[in-house]
Amino acid sequence: MRIALFVTCLADTVAPEVGVATVRLLERLGHEVVFPPEQTCCGQMHVNSGYPAMALPLVRRYVETFERALGEGPDGGAEAVVVPSGSCTGSVRHQHADVAEQAGDTALAARARAVAARTFELSELLVDVLGVTDVGAWYPHRVTYHPTCHSLRMARVGDRPLQLLRAVGGIDLVELPGAEQCCGFGGTFAVKNADTSSAMLADKCSAICSTGAEVVSAGDASCLLHLGGGLSRLSTTRGDGTPRAVHLAEILASTRADRPERVTG
Amino acid sequence: MTTFLGMPAAPPPPASSGSHLRGTDSFPHAAARTLTDDQLRRNLAHATTTIRGKRARVVAEVPDWEELRLAGEALKADTMARLPELLEQLEAAVTARGGVVHWARDAEEANRIVVDLAGAALDRHPQAAREVVKVKSMATQETRLNDAFEAAGITAHETDLAELIVQLGHDEGSHILVPAIHRNRREIREIFLREMPDVDELFPEGLTDEPRVLAEAARLRLRRTFLRAKVAISGANFAVAETGTLSVVESEGNGRMCLTLPETLITVMGVEKLVPTWADLEVFLQLLPRSSTGERMNPYTSMWTGVTPGDGPQEFHLVLLDNGRSRVLADPRGRAALHCIRCSACLNVCPVYERTGGHAYGSVYPGPIGAVLSPQLTGVTDDASASLPFASSLCGACFDACPVRIDIPSILVHMRAQAVDAHARDVDHVAERAGMATVAWLFRDPRRLRLAQRLSRLAGLLARLQGHPRHLSWLPGPGRSWTRTRDLPVPRGSFRDWWEKEGRS
Ligand code: SF4
Repeated sequence: MRIALFVTCLADTVAPEVGVATVRLLERLGHEVVFPPEQTCCGQMHVNSGYPAMALPLVRRYVETFERALGEGPDGGAEAVVVPSGSCTGSVRHQHADVAEQAGDTALAARARAVAARTFELSELLVDVLGVTDVGAWYPHRVTYHPTCHSLRMARVGDRPLQLLRAVGGIDLVELPGAEQCCGFGGTFAVKNADTSSAMLADKCSAICSTGAEVVSAGDASCLLHLGGGLSRLSTTRGDGTPRAVHLAEILASTRADRPERVTG
Repeated sequence: MTTFLGMPAAPPPPASSGSHLRGTDSFPHAAARTLTDDQLRRNLAHATTTIRGKRARVVAEVPDWEELRLAGEALKADTMARLPELLEQLEAAVTARGGVVHWARDAEEANRIVVDLAGAALDRHPQAAREVVKVKSMATQETRLNDAFEAAGITAHETDLAELIVQLGHDEGSHILVPAIHRNRREIREIFLREMPDVDELFPEGLTDEPRVLAEAARLRLRRTFLRAKVAISGANFAVAETGTLSVVESEGNGRMCLTLPETLITVMGVEKLVPTWADLEVFLQLLPRSSTGERMNPYTSMWTGVTPGDGPQEFHLVLLDNGRSRVLADPRGRAALHCIRCSACLNVCPVYERTGGHAYGSVYPGPIGAVLSPQLTGVTDDASASLPFASSLCGACFDACPVRIDIPSILVHMRAQAVDAHARDVDHVAERAGMATVAWLFRDPRRLRLAQRLSRLAGLLARLQGHPRHLSWLPGPGRSWTRTRDLPVPRGSFRDWWEKEGRS
């Protein structure tokens, strides 16, 4: 199947390994991945910060870019759009049409709905569209999984990421206490309400550390940026045993042939 | 045939300034204070964790919970869509059964009506103390009715245990359902010892901090108050338009004492507390207890319709309070906040509330529902109200917990846009808007984004200066609020660059 990748602005800029892993994983499963270079950002940050009008051109760009990828023209032929982020998937589904409608552009809203219907978060694409739970990955580490709020409650990916992780060879998957509680990122919340956000992060980090895991994984580069930032700071007092933050795509992409440190780096 | 051109479009007025809906401090400042109170954080974490577990267990028992939520949502939406007509129906039904209905535009007007009515009733008993008993009521907390009573020389006794603790502690409630949630039993014992002068006579062995003993102390004190009170003030959980029936649900029975013993009963109710028919109560009386206290059924559900000669209060007044509600109703994107049945489930699951407590919100309605309702009632013209819609990480736990499916995250986002627009010209917001506009401009063109990505790699230089090649532990300006507790990774080449380098495009 030909699949169009929306890599998300954040992963593109600060976590390119997430996109790379998504490409490697899907190609290993025998699919073709295309990356439409006109893409930038889903606009969620602007909507959530109270600037919906500024998000409108970004929504239009997303819709046009992936309409083309899903269409019949020379750049088309993709059957689905994959997003390695529950949060951006949620935004595409729940905010795009609304932003267009608020701006009075009902035609764009209808197009946004059509593109959103074919946009899938990575674990959804694998389990629901491609019908695989065992992707043939090998990851000999103790891992705990943070489900992230927007994956759970906006994109509604359910336990698909866990189904995928359970099938990974060599993995020691341990439950995260209070998994469904927010890590305190929330986009600009982390800066506007830095004290509250830090208090939430501190509790999340101690829950992660309590599992004895080497790795905390999630399906969102944004939450991982937050968790990774907190754990990295913690490592200055805790030392080398502090867990690292690794995206779900990277775990699913790694195989016996990889050297673990290269994949999870 | 005439053409209907619509009603004149004057915006309905906001809540009156005397209401307890607006803090003096913005949320981040107020939260910073409560976050340093370790005792408060421990009390809150313990209480919310316990109730969350209890709620989850009893909700899981109901196989049609999601259908019930959908029914609750639909009933409330229908009520809001024809609120004026239903309120008139309620007024007619209450009047027909011997009650008197009063309409109050705002907090001041409501307080004036209640104080006048109570004063007149007390005048008929010149020997009796100038006092009233109160069932816990959010509406009268919102209007600060107790202050109005005090100004009029009338003592208002709160009879809900948690509310009594707050009143005796000269404190403000911090939770919709358990106003004293921020206190533990040791603190409650201290308050009782200080504020109940006769407690030593009642407990010659000394007052302990056992919950049973503390409850007994409150009970002895309250019983005497109930037996002498001539006037009671209540709120209402529901009002049935069809029959004119009012209802209060509670757990202690003190509410029922207030509703049945005194001669005069005055109920203050927000206009949104309406349900169309008696049968609709079936849905809400299932949703409410499980969501609020984690109980299958409410211990005390009291209902009354007008007055019944020879039984219960012989005089009944219903004060219908607007105080900004019609303004909320006028906003189609925000009005679902009026569907709230004040169960407090959203507070108990909210990670922000759990850490900051109710006082940080500056309003009688704290937590997620407060963050959307209070600024709608007051408007977002001041900093404190404008900061409330941002007091959320948008994690969405509130929406999932809400028994009437209020999409709180979407309303928060909607209110953020209102707050941003209202403060577009303020100095502190100009920089933010410029930053947002710059980012939007970069994202409008992939070539610009790419340039920015390349420039951001200069951060590596700063990181090396800080002694780590791969992350920043200090950022200037607004970035400092991030790096105070978190590192930031240094960008190491974008995905786009990798894709091109691989020769894929
Ligand atoms: S918003 Fe919903 S969950 Fe929160 S108090 Fe109201 S009814 Fe309960």
